[in-house]
Amino acid sequence: MVTELLVNGGRYALDVEVGRSLAEVLREDLSLTGTKIACFEGHCGACTVQVDGIPTMSCITLAHTVDGREITTIEGLREHPLVNAFVRADAVQCGFCTPAQIVSAAALVEANPSPSDEEIRHAMAGNLCRCGTYPKIEEAIRTWQD
Amino acid sequence: MARLIRTEKEVEGRFEEVWLVVEEDPLDPWPDGPGDVVGRPAPRQDGLQRATGKALYTADLQLPGMLQAAVLRSPHARARVKGFDASRALEAPGVHAVLEPEAIPELVREPNFHGQPIAAVAADTFGQARAALALIEVDYEVLEPLIDPEEAVRRGQLLTEPRTHDRGDVERGFAEADVIVEGTYRTQSVLHNAFETHQSLCDWDGDQLVVYISTQFIWGIRDEVSHKLGLPQDKVRVVCNYMGGGFGAKNGAGDYTYIAAELAKRTARPVKCALTRREENLDSGHRNATIQKLRAGARADGTLTALEGEFIAALGWDGWLASTAGPMQMLYACDNVHTIEYGAKLNTSPMKAFRAPGFVEGTFGMECLLDELAAKLEIDPLEIRRRNYAHSTDERPYSSKNLMECYERAEKHSARRDEVRARSDATWKHGVGLASQVWYGGGGPPSYAWIRLGSDGRATVVTAMQDIGTGSKTAMQQIAAEELGLPLDHVEISAGDSARGPYAAISAGSSTIPSMGPAVRAAAHDAARQVIEIAAQRYDKEERTLSLKGGKVVCSDGGSWPLPEVVGLLEDAQILGKGARGPNPTGMQVLTFGAQVAEVAVDVETGEVRVERVAAIHDVGRVINPLGASSQGEGGIIQGIGHTLSEERVHDPESGRVLTQTLDAYKVPTIADVPEIVFELLDVPDRHLTNLGSKGLGEPPIVPIAAAIANAIRDATGADVRSLPITREEMLRALEEAAQRQRERDKVTA
Repeated sequence: MVTELLVNGGRYALDVEVGRSLAEVLREDLSLTGTKIACFEGHCGACTVQVDGIPTMSCITLAHTVDGREITTIEGLREHPLVNAFVRADAVQCGFCTPAQIVSAAALVEANPSPSDEEIRHAMAGNLCRCGTYPKIEEAIRTWQD
Repeated sequence: MARLIRTEKEVEGRFEEVWLVVEEDPLDPWPDGPGDVVGRPAPRQDGLQRATGKALYTADLQLPGMLQAAVLRSPHARARVKGFDASRALEAPGVHAVLEPEAIPELVREPNFHGQPIAAVAADTFGQARAALALIEVDYEVLEPLIDPEEAVRRGQLLTEPRTHDRGDVERGFAEADVIVEGTYRTQSVLHNAFETHQSLCDWDGDQLVVYISTQFIWGIRDEVSHKLGLPQDKVRVVCNYMGGGFGAKNGAGDYTYIAAELAKRTARPVKCALTRREENLDSGHRNATIQKLRAGARADGTLTALEGEFIAALGWDGWLASTAGPMQMLYACDNVHTIEYGAKLNTSPMKAFRAPGFVEGTFGMECLLDELAAKLEIDPLEIRRRNYAHSTDERPYSSKNLMECYERAEKHSARRDEVRARSDATWKHGVGLASQVWYGGGGPPSYAWIRLGSDGRATVVTAMQDIGTGSKTAMQQIAAEELGLPLDHVEISAGDSARGPYAAISAGSSTIPSMGPAVRAAAHDAARQVIEIAAQRYDKEERTLSLKGGKVVCSDGGSWPLPEVVGLLEDAQILGKGARGPNPTGMQVLTFGAQVAEVAVDVETGEVRVERVAAIHDVGRVINPLGASSQGEGGIIQGIGHTLSEERVHDPESGRVLTQTLDAYKVPTIADVPEIVFELLDVPDRHLTNLGSKGLGEPPIVPIAAAIANAIRDATGADVRSLPITREEMLRALEEAAQRQRERDKVTA
């Protein structure tokens, strides 16, 4: 079926089979590979995108269910000051989870530009990082406006 | 002149003798402390690509016409395939090929662990390949698996001969002891769970096989694949530009590479074989579980007189016997030591190296045992470690050892004990614990690098090295920049492709910086020497008066010329430097050391354990990038906290099936689980080790954390935790045992 996806300000009419996840469509049909798939069952957060500004796990979101909704991926946030904050703080090790960390963090600071450590931990607890970059992620979010 | 020598090589505590060609004229060491670039914090040079999602990992690669493979895996821990029918799968939509059992050696007819590959399908999409798997009919004869490691030892079902180590006379040592402590410690099987799953994309380019793979060892893959497929080595090209974590599990090619290569050959298409997360939890390696029966004897003043350990490693169907006994043998001066290690062959997936394999497990047992001894003798935990400080545990001296300085720096953290314990109330008990660390990390030869310096005065490091997320590419750029006297942003690096650079070492065993760094410095020095020779002729100066600094050629008489001016006359010509890694110091033990102090809170009603603060002090020689180093340190500690408190691969004890296959069931730490971490490095170059004096840091921080936490728990509650992970169940068991002990003591007193 034809689904209209609004991604990073662009409008894409795609013939998307029912049952395909948003993560697959973003990666395979739109070549937006900054959105990663690390578990494919909604446990790790590496596939996080924003749907109407809300961090959403795209691997367990069926693409046809977000027809007409505003989707923001890491590719739409490349100019966000958080990106430099993450690099500056070395909140990047292997980097596989990092784009999604930034997507989640961008939604957090949009709602709350100066979050407390507790608020950061609460908002970011769904984005796992196996390298253990967490202290630097906290630092990046604390200092994103510097 | 090149000289041929025989030298010792170590990776992950495994030693071999190798031939090596070394160049004369080793370089003078840099002065201690930070230089212009080296020793100063540098954000990683590819951080922006990784953070913005521009970096293409193996998982992101799509080639025209590419097929996706899916693997049929045994649902049984031990079985025999009696019947196999893939005819319906072959007719399924999108399917191009099916590999039956024994089509290649990696697909078996008699699986010996849950998840072992049986067959594989290639289809246009991964969904089609998975759907086709469901159409394959397999008739299994289910056989009884062997899961219990102690039973395997009783039956003599071992992967290798038992390994013994003897020093002195352990019976005499126990006879001399005033006090003896003993205990059985258990560690669990834990999984690497790197976020990029194991995967390969294989593409036949004529008679050359191109393997795009998520790997820790580009050259090891080239050698292994060419050997197994009977190809000349350079007919296998291995590419790994960006890599999403390994932790030891990605040192070899793996079944998936051979499945992809064979399917690519049969279909004449590029084929990707990527594990799902659930497959990752079944068949990508694990840190093997251990059972450690330990005994220590000491005099009343705490001096160790005897150490004895029997270790069983639950290796699985394949793997190797990492040294769980290593910490008992190497941490302390003790004249009488006896250890024996068994590697149980079981119907579970093969173990693979996992971040300091053996030593993580063995340090938990050894350092808990030592603290039980300290508690019994009422000696301060830091003091008992100082009293047993080792100046050598075999005939060989250390190339460098500054553990005493680590202890000095640990003292102020350990001294927080009274203040921390005072926070305790009826429910939450607080305490402080300490543990020491010993591990390898000296790297070794061979490793090579080239430097290409253009007439614009900018340089590129060329070497076919991988960066698995540790920041090793950035460290190489820093080393080259320092030697060439260039700002960091004037140095690029070309890496990640066996066709585009010389041999580079494995990124395992904390070896990338100590193996590759000296080769990069040597190559940069070679290029710098040529620049100086050119400048000397152009400006009519003596070579010995010239050096490179701040992007200029500087003369001791005060003159200086910007590098682009000096080499600018070369136009398209380039200055090429080459460098090789020299040998490790002959007759010396090259080791890393450290100490960690943990603060915990234990809820004695529910058994919940919270780690509140960790101070880590490590000695890994010269520090190249303090920023990246702190990230690795924190990462190791956090991964170790997961190992200590929450992570465990669970098997059904009857069927041998893996019950924890998802990141929901298998609990890795989240950001909310992270304590305050204070991470310090001594930054003292090892005078005997290479032209850098740097050791590796990837592994040391994960080694002592479990024991430090368990010892803090004892300090808080008096309970001896002896089994990982420290679940609430284990914590409550240890608390009850301690309460029972107290009741018995009270009875005696009454």
